[in-house]
Amino acid sequence: MKKMIMGLAVAATLGVTSIAATGIAFAAEKLKVGFIYIGPPGDFGWTYQHDQGRKEMEKVLGDQVETTFLESVPEGADAERSIERLARAGNKLIFTTSFGYMDSTIKVAQKFPNVKFEHATGYKTAENVSVYNSRFYEGRYVQGVIAAKMSKAGVAGYIGSFPIPEVVQGINAFMLGAQSVNPDFKVKVIWANSWFDPGKEADAAKALVDQGVDIITQHTDSTAPMQVASERKIKAFGQASDMIKFGPETQLTSIVDNWGPYYIERAKAVIDGSWKSHNVFEGMKEGLVVMAPYTNMPDDVKKLAEETQAKITSGELKPFTGPLKKQDGSEWLKAGETADDKTILSMNFYVAGVDDKLPN
Amino acid sequence: MTMFEAIVLTIATAATPLLIAALGELIVERSGVLNLGVEGMMIMGAVSGFAAAQMTGSAWLGLVAAVLAGAAFSLLFGFLTLTLATNQVATGLALTLLGLGASAMIGESFVGLPGVRMESIYIQGLTDFPYIGKILFGQDPIFYLSILLTIGVAWFLFKTRAGLTLRSVGDNHASAHALGVPVIRIRYLAVLFGGACAGLAGAQLSLVYVPQWVENMSSGRGWIALALVVFASWRPWRILAGAYLFGAVTIGQLHAQALGIGVPSQLMSALPYLATIIVLVLISRNKRLTLINTPTSLGKAFVPDR
Repeated sequence: MKKMIMGLAVAATLGVTSIAATGIAFAAEKLKVGFIYIGPPGDFGWTYQHDQGRKEMEKVLGDQVETTFLESVPEGADAERSIERLARAGNKLIFTTSFGYMDSTIKVAQKFPNVKFEHATGYKTAENVSVYNSRFYEGRYVQGVIAAKMSKAGVAGYIGSFPIPEVVQGINAFMLGAQSVNPDFKVKVIWANSWFDPGKEADAAKALVDQGVDIITQHTDSTAPMQVASERKIKAFGQASDMIKFGPETQLTSIVDNWGPYYIERAKAVIDGSWKSHNVFEGMKEGLVVMAPYTNMPDDVKKLAEETQAKITSGELKPFTGPLKKQDGSEWLKAGETADDKTILSMNFYVAGVDDKLPN
Repeated sequence: MTMFEAIVLTIATAATPLLIAALGELIVERSGVLNLGVEGMMIMGAVSGFAAAQMTGSAWLGLVAAVLAGAAFSLLFGFLTLTLATNQVATGLALTLLGLGASAMIGESFVGLPGVRMESIYIQGLTDFPYIGKILFGQDPIFYLSILLTIGVAWFLFKTRAGLTLRSVGDNHASAHALGVPVIRIRYLAVLFGGACAGLAGAQLSLVYVPQWVENMSSGRGWIALALVVFASWRPWRILAGAYLFGAVTIGQLHAQALGIGVPSQLMSALPYLATIIVLVLISRNKRLTLINTPTSLGKAFVPDR
C-alpha cells in the first residue's frame, strides 16, 4: 500500500488531521469511498478495526473501489469540514466512524444529496444517511460473566470514555453479566473524557488497581490499560481488537469489531445501485461482534463464557431482559420483558448495582 | 506498597514529562525565543526513543536517541527562526504539526511492538523503607533526572554568569548585542537545550509512562508544558510546583471517580487545568516580580545590524 501524506490541517483542538490516499483512479466508474477516523489507524483498538474493514473492502472489491481516510479527526466543527472535504473530493460513499460525528454527518449529507453516508453508532438517519451499529454490549455481557468468575476481590474497574449510550450500554451489560454469577459484584467506573490518551488511560488503570480492583475493562481505544494490568499482574479485557500481544498473560478475551463484511456489502450496494438508507444494529448473530480467544482462565470459566456466547448468538439470551431495576431502584423491565432497540440505543441510566453516578 | 506510595508514584510519573519539557522551554523563552513546537519535539523524542530502545534492547540508548532527536528537530526551528528570522509562532506551530506527522510515519512499523521499559532503581534496604522508600529510592531514572534538571536550571539561570547573559539576551537583545554578547549563538544553544529536554520528556512517555509506541501518544502534553512556563512566570521552582500540582489533581480526580463521589466527570477532567492555572496565577500575582521575570524580547526576531 502506498501511503501518501497529502496535507496537514490545524485542528481547533490542535489535533492533527492527515489525509492518506491509496491507489490512483483509472476508470471513471471506480467507486470512491471515504472514511473519517476518530483516532490513528495504529491505535490497535477502535480505529484500527475500522481500518482493517477498509483494507478488507479494498482486497475483496479490488479495482472497483478506491478508498481514502482522514485520521484523528476531532468531533465537532473539524469533523464537518473533514467530511465535506471527502465529499468534495468525489467520494460517493463516506463512512463516519464515531458517535460524535452524528450531527456533522447529517449536516454535510444535506449539502451532498448524491453522496451516500454511513454513520457508525449514532441514531439519526436521512434519505442518504444510514446508521450502522454493533451490539458490543453482547460481548460486554460475556465479559461480565468472566469477570465475576475470575475476580477474587469481587470488584472490576471500568475505564469509560464519554457517558454516551454506547458506553453506558456496555457498563450495564457488563454489570448484568457479572451479577448473573455474583449478585454482589461491584464495578468501579472512571471516565477518561477522551477516546484516546494512552497516558491518562494508564493513570486511570493504575488508580483502579490501587483501589483494589483485580479485573480491568476499558471502553477507550489505546492498549495502555492492558499494559498496566500486565505490570500489576491482574487480568483485563481488550477493547475493539485483539490486544493479546500487549498482555499475553493478562487478556481474558476482547470484543473484536468485525466491520469488513458490512463495508463490503454497502460498497457493493452503491455500485449496483441498490443502496438504501437503513438503521442496522447487529451483533454476535450477524458476525459483527466477535470474541477474541478466551485465554488465561480455567476451563470451567472458559466453558461458561462459550455457553453464554452461544446463547446470545442463538438469541436465547438477551442481556437486557427483566426483571431489571434501574440504579435508583425504580423498575425498568418486568420479568421476561426485553428492552427494545430504541431504549438500548438511547440508554442514559445505570442498572442497579453500578457504583457510580452517571454524569450528564 | 501502600495506597499513599502508589498515588505519589503515579503522580510523579504523570508530572515528570511536563516538568522536563517545561524546563527546556523555560530556558528557550528566557533567551527570548518562543518555541511552540514542544509537542512536536516531544513526540519525535517518544518515537525515536522507542525505536532505538526496541532495536537495541537498551532503554538507555533509547533515552540518548530521544534527546538527540529532540535536539536535532529543534535545530530545524533554530535555523528557520534564528538564521532566517521567520515568525516564531508560525514556525513553532509548523514544527508541532511536522513532528506529529513525521513521528507517525517513522513509527508506523513500531506500532504494536512490545516496548522496552526503563526499570525503576532498587537499592537494597532503602527502597523497602516503609512509606517513603519507594518514593525516594525506587523510581525510574528519568524522575531523578527531572529533579536534578530543576536544580540545575534554577542554579544556572540565577547563580551563574552564563545564566545572566542568557537572561540579558531574552530581556533586550539589542542591548546585549551592543555589549558584544553573541545573541544568535546563545539562542541556538537555548533552542537546542529546549529540544533535548522535550526529547527527554518524550522518552519518558514511551519508555516509562506507557512503554509502547502509538501515534499521537503525547496527547497535548507539550501544550500543557508550554502553558506551565507562562503561568509559572518563568521561574523553575514554580514550574516544578505547577507540574506536580497538575499531576496530583489529574490523579486525584481519577481516584475520586473510582471512589464514586458523584461529581460530574467532565468537571473532574477540567479540574487539573483549572486548579493549576488558579494556583499559579495566585502565586504570581505580584506584578512587579512577574514583570521582572518576563523576558521582554520574547518572540521577537533578532536581526543584527552590521
